[in-house]
Amino acid sequence: MADEITLLDFWPSPFGMRVRLALTLKGIDYIYKEENLQQKSDLLLKSNPIHKKIPTMIHNGNPISESLIMVQYIDETWPKSSSLLPSDPYGRSQSRFWADYVDKKVYDCGRRTCFAKSPEEGDAAVKELLECLKVVECELGEKLYFGGENLGYVDVALVPFYSWFYAYESFGGLSIRDECPKIVAWAKRCLENESVAKSLPDQQKIYEFVVTMRKKFGVE
Amino acid sequence: MAESDVKILGAWASPFVMRPRIALNIKSVGYEFLEEKVGVKSDLLIKSNPVYKKIPVLIHGDKPICESLVIVQYIDETWSSGPSILPSDVYDRATARFWAAYIDDKWFPALSEIVKVQGEGEEAKAEAVKQLLAGIALLEEAFQKCSKGKAFFGGDSIGYLDIALGSFLGWLRVTELNGLTILDAEKTPGLVGWAENFCADSAVKEVMPETGKLAELAKRLFAKTKAPPST
Repeated sequence: MADEITLLDFWPSPFGMRVRLALTLKGIDYIYKEENLQQKSDLLLKSNPIHKKIPTMIHNGNPISESLIMVQYIDETWPKSSSLLPSDPYGRSQSRFWADYVDKKVYDCGRRTCFAKSPEEGDAAVKELLECLKVVECELGEKLYFGGENLGYVDVALVPFYSWFYAYESFGGLSIRDECPKIVAWAKRCLENESVAKSLPDQQKIYEFVVTMRKKFGVE
Repeated sequence: MAESDVKILGAWASPFVMRPRIALNIKSVGYEFLEEKVGVKSDLLIKSNPVYKKIPVLIHGDKPICESLVIVQYIDETWSSGPSILPSDVYDRATARFWAAYIDDKWFPALSEIVKVQGEGEEAKAEAVKQLLAGIALLEEAFQKCSKGKAFFGGDSIGYLDIALGSFLGWLRVTELNGLTILDAEKTPGLVGWAENFCADSAVKEVMPETGKLAELAKRLFAKTKAPPST
């Protein structure tokens, strides 16, 4: 029986991008459904009643939500192609730790950088964002990818945020290229992979999205 | 493997520290428990967890592993010949991880909130209680679905989700001492039975702190910070 996969998503979401990327890397076909977050579909509300959030995936009728849980599910369901988590338990624990770090830090600091209501809030957000990117850059070290020779779980967790970098830089008044050159080099290396290029929207498009949202939130 | 090869840096009262200890007990793996002093972080902790400087940390040989649920999964995968902690079915694993994340991201913060608003008005407390009880109702539903009539979320024996929620039972009982019923025989009968079974389990008994001792500690801590130890 052919697998039926529907992904409920919202194009600028870095969390959604993770799932798109994992599915694309593994060569898995899926149906993409764009959600209107102001008017969530019945399918989304039924499939993710607890959080009512995207991304949510439905695999042969079974819903799965929370992006990193979804990525692990994809990795475990289709283990043969492009393994995302390493095979050894210690390597897996390190991958989970760093993906969790990205979740706890990058999104929130980035969001506050783009939508800060005061210069003080903005400055604090930028400072924290740079701190966490530098910690992650240190973890990358001299490796090609966080996954070593190939893209892995942590790469999938982090690279979507690269599409937001231009927005962070414009509204935060910082240069991530200058402050974290290895991270930018790593992201560009990731983008040479066709699956990554297909799964991430253009930085300019994200920037324009943020401009629209800032007007909506009255942050100008 | 020699006991000295496995160490846990932690504190007796921390629900997060309990998690890897239960997991090691399930696998019958001996370990050395290194108790951190309250308010003072040891050099070993800072060296082993430079990112967060928090407990628990598992040190296996010379390798540190941090974040309680990451550690539990590491234990399950490393000592794979012992009883399984994560479910074997991929979808059930995703479900267990989902609820464990819900517990950590939503439910425990609601429990902490009740303790924090102790000194504030009735309105603040009522809102926190409402959130907590709504959460426990969801967890009761999840228990009914996951356990499929058996004693634990994991089935016949304690699993990942049992550990994730059960580790908070001590602090839950402390919160109930003030007259609030969280596990209710009528509203959450499944979880009431589950809690008894969990606390009686041989992997849990010796590491579950006594409610009285926790309440004493709470009195001392809350005098300073108004929040349970969120390691």
